[in-house]
Amino acid sequence: MVHHFDTVIVGSGGAGLYAALEASERSRTAVLSKLYPVRSHTGAAQGGISAALGNVEEDKPEWHAYDTVKGGDYLVDQQAAKILTEEAVQAVYDLENRGLPFNRTPEGRIDQRRFGGHTRNFGEGPVRRACYAADRTGHMILQTLYQQCIKNQVAFFDEFQVVDLIMDGSTCGGVVAVELATGDLHVFGAKAVLFATGGFGRMFKITSNAFANTGDGPAVCARRGIPLMDMEFFQFHPTGILGLGILISEAVRGEGGILRNRDGERFMERYSPTLLDLAPRDIVSRSILTEVRAGKGIRGDRKIDDYVHLDATHLGRETLAAKLPDITSFCKTYLGVDPAEAPIPVLPTAHYAMGGIPTDVHGRVIMDRRGTIVDGLYAAGECACVSVHGANRLGTNSLLDLVVFGRRAGQHIGDYVKQADALPLSKDAPEAAREWIRRLTDGRSGPHGGHIMEEMQTAMMEKVGIYRNAGEMQQAVDAVKDLLARYLAVRVQDRGKQFNTDLLDTIELKSLLDLSLVTAASALNREESRGAHSREDFPDRDDDQWLKHTLAYLEGDDVRIDYKAVDTSIWEPKPRTY
Amino acid sequence: MKIILRIQRFNPETDDAPYYQEYTVSAAPTDRLLDALIHIKRFQDGSLAFRKSCAHGVCGSDAMRINGKDGLACKTLIKEVAEKDGDRITLTPLRHLPVQRDLIVDQDEFFQKYRSIKPFLINDEAVAEGERRQSQEERMRFDDTTNCILCAACYSACPILGENPDFLGPAAVAQAYRFLADTRDRGMAERRPVLDDPNGVWPCRNHFKCTESCPRGILITKRINQTKKMIRKEEKPTDQ
Repeated sequence: MVHHFDTVIVGSGGAGLYAALEASERSRTAVLSKLYPVRSHTGAAQGGISAALGNVEEDKPEWHAYDTVKGGDYLVDQQAAKILTEEAVQAVYDLENRGLPFNRTPEGRIDQRRFGGHTRNFGEGPVRRACYAADRTGHMILQTLYQQCIKNQVAFFDEFQVVDLIMDGSTCGGVVAVELATGDLHVFGAKAVLFATGGFGRMFKITSNAFANTGDGPAVCARRGIPLMDMEFFQFHPTGILGLGILISEAVRGEGGILRNRDGERFMERYSPTLLDLAPRDIVSRSILTEVRAGKGIRGDRKIDDYVHLDATHLGRETLAAKLPDITSFCKTYLGVDPAEAPIPVLPTAHYAMGGIPTDVHGRVIMDRRGTIVDGLYAAGECACVSVHGANRLGTNSLLDLVVFGRRAGQHIGDYVKQADALPLSKDAPEAAREWIRRLTDGRSGPHGGHIMEEMQTAMMEKVGIYRNAGEMQQAVDAVKDLLARYLAVRVQDRGKQFNTDLLDTIELKSLLDLSLVTAASALNREESRGAHSREDFPDRDDDQWLKHTLAYLEGDDVRIDYKAVDTSIWEPKPRTY
Repeated sequence: MKIILRIQRFNPETDDAPYYQEYTVSAAPTDRLLDALIHIKRFQDGSLAFRKSCAHGVCGSDAMRINGKDGLACKTLIKEVAEKDGDRITLTPLRHLPVQRDLIVDQDEFFQKYRSIKPFLINDEAVAEGERRQSQEERMRFDDTTNCILCAACYSACPILGENPDFLGPAAVAQAYRFLADTRDRGMAERRPVLDDPNGVWPCRNHFKCTESCPRGILITKRINQTKKMIRKEEKPTDQ
């Protein structure tokens, strides 16, 4: 079936919905999502969305921008960070005006709390910048934006999985998608396509990410010749629930929670004397792992799955109930631990991709080091790389990113489609996707993807994790290439057409394999340590050689690396201490 | 331990009627029920169909009936539904919604009813400064209803919907309350025709099954009763 729209938005999390709200006012817009809209992982974001409202203490967007740049270890494009933090203030007011139920101060204003790496006056000490709705801020943003889409009668195609991008030279003409309910292939012709497909933490074994976070947007783009930027920078959140990786928000530490080792010591005093437990995430995750390796984890056996304690017992039941109710519930459900009475066992969990599809500040996709634009192709949210997060994202800046840049992309699309012509759609547009699905479902016997998925997740977790070295990363690259070869024999077991979730899982597996290869190859290539990319064999940041973005092109089962300049037009890179 | 999952199967392309299939799975008592389902799908039977996403009870994808009670597979631990080796856990799709395949139901009607109550802030007054003011106390009056993840567990649990499929259902009414009780909202007049209707709020007879089933701890029945009261008086509630 062939559909024609002005605008097609792929993904219905925060970025996709905000873009849809803007684009649908001025163009015929369809939102394609592989999930029902309110199921997106934006809903799992907990702690807050930062904006220098100054509701509880003095704050300035300029301080926020500086923190974002320093937090990202100077790989952030600084004018983009300026836009992010300046537009943050109005973005939060807009959400409130649209109904988002923020927690309130005694004066009835939006309440704000502390978060890692957010400081007053260029690093003097923590500042209360994170606007929040209990510990379900992302849930409330997702709900509010979906509610606004209902109000504005945005057209949704629920449970449509995008499998290919239609390109003619450097112009995008639409996407190809599988409809879960029928198994049919659909072609969506469009003048503008926005990818807002979220993250891909499922390439790692222990992750806070949803099953749906398989990076289909970046993978589809990479297979059509678009580079992926800074993929070596993957954030491990310091506090995931032991064994499961479920996120325990940084807001626990923002409200006063303390990390302790087996001796009960507040070990962050040694690693970050100024910000302590509220140092940026890359630093806290490394500190935890260093404690564990020194035998100071709770078990003390130095094994990679040893853990530390997050102590929130002194916060009191009332604060936990009012400000951290979901966290309290997760701990009780999955650990049998009441955080008011006992410390929470935590260890780092794969959480957020700083890298992704390269874009400019309007969400337009960039295809090379010169910044050449792909006409009609946009990306926003976690799947995109503007870059406002650089080598390490600060907490609360992800919700901000998707609201600010989802909105900007939607607005730009509204203008773009007015003057752009639709590409004529070739009859062959869906053929590549059809051929792939035909092979996966040709009835021949072959291995199921389950084992390949597990081996990929284990290899990436163990060899491209928090601490990295050349030998292990090379092993990961080799392992993923081997898995890609084995994938060719994989066959879908489910012989049905309707609701063939087995087929979708197998398509998602390919996305993860491709992105794992790009991530491991990009990491192996960058011979320095910066932000979340920590190399044992190159422990220092090397601005002379490496103050540049990676552009990784997927070419078959190989990755070609190029680079792009970083915008450092506001602040000179300095050593990063907290 | 080894447990047996007894799962209702149905594929409209090949089956005339639903049937049960049993799978034996190794699981730790602290595993999530969803972990066992994933294990079956990856290593035993790729054709088993169910929805999933966040795996920790915040996205609402994997609501189903577990031993006859509505809940989320990712928020149910094995030890809550099985004690020892060989114990059986029966899984069936949610009620009151058409089964599309195995544990997947068509949620269209559920979302239609949700949309019908206009689940968005209705207020055309200009905002003088950046944000509207609201006290924390006012905000807490509808706090629990903002937890809703639209999983439809309450919809399946509601006995009224078994008798009257046109009833608006618990989630939609609770979400109407979420806005009606918000001091910033002015939408009573617009929502009244849907709520103050024989199939609106009135069919609820306080069975409390929705409240019992809600994986997000929302006091749904209480919110329905408060909504009834607001429709009668056209006043916003003053307590939680």
